[in-house]
Amino acid sequence: MSDQTLPLSIQDLTVAWHRRPVIWDVEFDVSPGRLVGIVGPNGAGKSTLLKAVMDLVPKASGRVEIFGRPWRESRQRVGYVPQRESVDWDFPVSVLDVVTMGLYGRIGWFGRVRRVHREAARRALEQVGIGELADRQISQLSGGQQQRTFLARALVQEADLYLMDEPFAAVDAATEQAIVGILRSMRAAGRTAVVIHHDLHTVPDYFDSVVLLNMRVVAEGPTHEVFTRENLERTYGGRLTLLEEATEALRRREQRL
Amino acid sequence: MSGFWQVADFLVSVVADFRPLAPGVAGSFRDRLSSLLLFEHYNTRVVVLGAMLLGLASGLVGCFTLLRRRALVGDALSHATLPGVGLAFLLAPLAGYDGGNRLVLLAGAAVSGTAGALAILFIRSLPRLKEDAALGIVLSVFFGAGVALLTVVQQSSAGRAAGLDRYIFGQAASMTADDARLIAVTAALAALLIACNFRSLTLLCFDEGYAAAQGYSIPLLDLLLMFLVVLITMIGLQAVGLILMIALLVIPAAAARFWTNRLWVMLLISGLIGGLSGFLGAMLSAVFADLPSGAVIVLTCSLLFFLSLLLGRERGVLVRSLRRRELSAAIDREHLLRGIWELRESAVEFSGSVVERRAAGFEELLSLRSWSIGRLRAQIRRASAEGLVWLNSEGAIELTRRGVMEAERLVHHHRLWELYLITHADVAASRVDREADAIEHVLEPELIARLEQLLLQRQRSGEIPASPHEMGGFQSQVGSVASPEGRQS
Repeated sequence: MSDQTLPLSIQDLTVAWHRRPVIWDVEFDVSPGRLVGIVGPNGAGKSTLLKAVMDLVPKASGRVEIFGRPWRESRQRVGYVPQRESVDWDFPVSVLDVVTMGLYGRIGWFGRVRRVHREAARRALEQVGIGELADRQISQLSGGQQQRTFLARALVQEADLYLMDEPFAAVDAATEQAIVGILRSMRAAGRTAVVIHHDLHTVPDYFDSVVLLNMRVVAEGPTHEVFTRENLERTYGGRLTLLEEATEALRRREQRL
Repeated sequence: MSGFWQVADFLVSVVADFRPLAPGVAGSFRDRLSSLLLFEHYNTRVVVLGAMLLGLASGLVGCFTLLRRRALVGDALSHATLPGVGLAFLLAPLAGYDGGNRLVLLAGAAVSGTAGALAILFIRSLPRLKEDAALGIVLSVFFGAGVALLTVVQQSSAGRAAGLDRYIFGQAASMTADDARLIAVTAALAALLIACNFRSLTLLCFDEGYAAAQGYSIPLLDLLLMFLVVLITMIGLQAVGLILMIALLVIPAAAARFWTNRLWVMLLISGLIGGLSGFLGAMLSAVFADLPSGAVIVLTCSLLFFLSLLLGRERGVLVRSLRRRELSAAIDREHLLRGIWELRESAVEFSGSVVERRAAGFEELLSLRSWSIGRLRAQIRRASAEGLVWLNSEGAIELTRRGVMEAERLVHHHRLWELYLITHADVAASRVDREADAIEHVLEPELIARLEQLLLQRQRSGEIPASPHEMGGFQSQVGSVASPEGRQS
């Protein structure tokens, strides 16, 4: 499965929400078969970065390549796990329905959901350890089970690059271990995952490389080199005030336009 | 059968005293009702069929706007159709069409409705303006323009004759066979569009971000959804009118949500409720000809909504209160069994002798908790009907064999949970009984298994641990000796 081209290459990426910069000049490469953690404080633009990679938010500048091509051409090779809170878990669908959504791209506009698809979805659910919940309505799931459902939906896609937005947020310990196990078996299969992560304690344990992000890339590289106290202080510390003030001033000016 | 007709005739004559029946219709009510039920009149048939198909189609489309949390889009778009009607009337003669032609008017409605949809999308994309502002602006601006245009139209005699203002409140009785045909074709088109895009629309409503990541165009899908709303509004103008169209787009879907947790079932039920409202509403307004059809259809729809709210199988008020009562009865039952068991347990510890029988007096049980005499009595009755307890010769409540087994299971769970709270959640031992009480009733088997694994690795599984806190009832010192410190691992 492994590809010689880079799964993800970001150059000079700047994103602005209604002209207010959210991330500046982000630049890093992700090599194949690695688990990459994106770490940074709230509002550092972590989710925005993932969304910009998938063209879900407009880029002010910069270039993103996935396996050497623009996202539009290689989106079938990208599996996305959005934040769990981003959807209404009261929606009238079953767990299996949600996982099958990962196959819509393969099924196509006029295709039908066939038994092979449903079986693939069930296998993905087994893989994340909630095979027995396939026919439950999603409102009956616990937080951890919701997260596993989202993970299964991405897994069933059999993508080569996974982008995950806080899969470990507010899940139970068992779910966390299950997700870690899945990430590791992905890596063993030569797949790549870029994961937004909040819990600093587990970063060295879970990720091969890390991107420390606070509006711009503070540091990035192999975890054992980059994940240092000094870099963390630079990421979370108060030295960003100047950049924040500049952004704020820019925003105020834009508002008057 | 004739008895029924007599009753019906009587009822109607009573109603008729208050509300005169449609004038100019000959024959008894029975004749008119039977002719209506048999659809003897071609016109009634047309109107009822048209209203039914309209309700069905709007029920289908409404499900998606409701789930997209854009229910009010229907209101903005239906108001946005009005200027199109006026403009079509004024401009059609220039293109050589008759301005009174309904097809021309409805085409105008569709065009200006679609313009309204695009305007909503545009305003939403502007910085600092949100959905509600977009809807408010489009609704009021388009409707205002429509009212102004209609005033202009009304000033000509041809304009007055065309009766454009009936599109505001609707008038089903004026529906012709051609109108019904148009409704049928449009409803079929809407259903086809939904069937072809079922998955995309589902994904749009459930998880917009993921849909976009899968390569779906969100604005395009939103436009499709709004176009469906415009189509439905266009055919609904005549029967229901633009002001009340929103009701048919929201209420059937909202009512269907009480019945099911499956999307396609929700679509079916919503279509059914919409269709039934159209059918019954049109029938009623045909019987009482001076009732406005739009209002009657909407009121019928609201009645069905109210019934769904009460009786809905999944989330109806009745089902939910039944579930709550079942749960509280189950909790009482668990308290009763555990209460008897624990009273005997402390008695055994106190006297040091082995007592096989597990019985407790009524007063003893009553003092255990804050339950009322009546509630405890009712619970004892229920438990004895289930064969868990029986009243022995001394008048005490005694556990049966099955009761003992069930009680042991419950006590086991309860103690596990208490231990967990003390050793892992740092809850004070004196408060732990209450906390455990609140949570243990919802423990699932897999959670129990994990608790056991966590706390009882060195014990035999299934063995009941001693209570970690002092027991009520018998003031046994022995019971409190088994303090949590002894169990911490």
